Amino acid sequence: MAGCLVAGAVSVGAGTYFGWDGFTIQSGNLIVIVVMIILFVLALVLPFPGGKRRK
Amino acid sequence: MTAQTTPGHGAPVDETDAHTWTGRARRWLLRKLPPDKLLPEDQPSFVASWAYVFGMGAIGSLLWIIVSGIVLGLNGPQWYHVSSLGSFVNSTHLWSVELFFIFMVVHLWLKFWMAAWRGGRLLTWITGVISFVVSIVAAFTGYLLQTNFDSQWIAFEAKDALNAVGVGAWFNVANVGQLFTWHVTLLPVAVGAVVVLHVLLVRVHGVAPPLEAAESDAQLLHNRPGATEPPEPAEPPEATEPRGTVQ
Amino acid sequence: MTRKSSSISWRKTDDVASRPWTGSVREYDLIKELIIGVVVVGLLVLGVSAIFGSPDEPSVSLKAWATAAPADFTATAAKELAGTSDTAGYGPPYNSTQDATQKIGPVDLQSLSGIRLPVDTANDFVIAPLATLPSPPADLARWTAATDQQRSAWAATYSDALAAAPDSDPAKVADGDYGPVPALTAALLDMARQGSLDGVLQSGGNFYNMDYTRSLLFLGDGGYFPDLAASQHLSGDQWGVMNETGDTPGQSWLWLFSLLYQIEPFKSAPNADALVVVTMLVLTALLALLPFIPGLRSLPRMIPLHRLIWKDYYRNR
Ligand code: HEM
Repeated sequence: MAGCLVAGAVSVGAGTYFGWDGFTIQSGNLIVIVVMIILFVLALVLPFPGGKRRK
Repeated sequence: MTAQTTPGHGAPVDETDAHTWTGRARRWLLRKLPPDKLLPEDQPSFVASWAYVFGMGAIGSLLWIIVSGIVLGLNGPQWYHVSSLGSFVNSTHLWSVELFFIFMVVHLWLKFWMAAWRGGRLLTWITGVISFVVSIVAAFTGYLLQTNFDSQWIAFEAKDALNAVGVGAWFNVANVGQLFTWHVTLLPVAVGAVVVLHVLLVRVHGVAPPLEAAESDAQLLHNRPGATEPPEPAEPPEATEPRGTVQ
Repeated sequence: MTRKSSSISWRKTDDVASRPWTGSVREYDLIKELIIGVVVVGLLVLGVSAIFGSPDEPSVSLKAWATAAPADFTATAAKELAGTSDTAGYGPPYNSTQDATQKIGPVDLQSLSGIRLPVDTANDFVIAPLATLPSPPADLARWTAATDQQRSAWAATYSDALAAAPDSDPAKVADGDYGPVPALTAALLDMARQGSLDGVLQSGGNFYNMDYTRSLLFLGDGGYFPDLAASQHLSGDQWGVMNETGDTPGQSWLWLFSLLYQIEPFKSAPNADALVVVTMLVLTALLALLPFIPGLRSLPRMIPLHRLIWKDYYRNR
């Protein structure tokens, strides 16, 4: 177990990065941010199913 | 506070003669937040938008964070490195945190564009920001508790920011014992407490109406209290409360 | 009836926003919404976790460092002895190095704590661990008997000679007066390779330990550990503050904190950390107080996205 905890080698891939000119973003973070923007836009434009009206 | 109470506040009994501290506290609570306001069965007709579901999404994620966190904590810090079930529980903890922040941030954006601090709802906004900040610190301590390469590096980098403002000596990111207390006890309790306060404030004030809502709107015009209301009001009784007594 | 202009004020006044709603209502089930929310989020969490899992890059031990990069380890140990490592020159809360703190103008927050977590790099990282060996190197006594001046002179010359040697290889260092230093760093390297330095540095002879301050500082003074982090895009100048290893999302909510480190005047400031933290505190306070800030608080009225949010309401009024 100890060996598996302290192995020096890097096992996960280095990750996918996008960027230019000092700006870098990691793919996972980019997806999270895009998802938030999509959810925001959807919340604005999607019609809300009409509930029962009560006067 | 005056001793006079308006009937129909949700208090089952006449509270006018409450004279102990406890009695007054109960009267105050019931007036601020009568049961049918705390757990309403209807909402203003304008509460019909997906914009209102994200707060609830954040609460749902928070519950999953707590459940998965308890399982991780009870198994001790090494478990998730060596067990595939542990690794899965760790994944659910991580992803419920990501979802929590996704919901919370979209919620924040929406509440900004709704200017939902209007009409005495300032504290709701401020408690929202506080819950955001406390959640960030809680997540940060979680990253430091991973006991892997990521936490090692985050601790090494983060110490500089904390030391530069003089708190690193007490909030030592390389002291895992301290971090356990913060991440497993103090910060979750703080997030929970602020969220409870936040949600109670939303219930106390009622949901903020649309920015351009006006007395002349059909939704308000045909529902003047007393005019078209049946004697037994179907809506929350605060509708009959005279203006200005809530605050 | 006059239509009151929409107020964005947080104040409780006499407008529609301040009064309890007296208009039409719709049925709403709070508990049902909560339960649906918990179930939907739960399914999402389980699904996403099953698909993407979570990364768990193993931690780096001193043993791994000494094995993978012995020259770097030796050079770092020499710097710890000479008092020229990052940690040795850090200032509070670890030591009292002059002019090491990050100040903002005359304000020196870093010194507030004093030296609360004292670290003497030569003694704590090298000498004391060597002294715990069953048969400590004979050169240890020479070091202990020497004056401070003599010690730094030995260690500094050795440190420079290592830097000048081909591949920084201790075996190829030019001759010189290094005193006991080469023997001490070689013994420490052995100790680290065998894995015993990890335990000694972390627990200092105690059974229990949860405090990794010393091991982490020593590790970070080298080049191996920061290089590993840089290869994973985790360094501060790589937006690393918000990054997780691999492709898993990290703390994307720290984007602004991360961004500040990439731009001037923060980027090249010697007190960048202090400036960034204070700036973030101010910006966070502004977010909390946004309802008070003229202009910003009026954005929702000037850019009326709310017409979309409440489109049903506005259509029917
Ligand atoms: C832990 C995170 C949070 C949770 C669990 C949470 C939960 C909620 C819930 C359940 C509601 C009522 C339903 C809704 O409108 O969604 C609400 C309303 C509100 N939230 Fe949050 N919230 C959080 C963070 C925030 C943040 C970061 C802000 C803004 C800075 C914020 C500002 C507000 C405001 C102003 C309202 C009142 C809405 C109105 O009257 O229309 N909340 N919150």
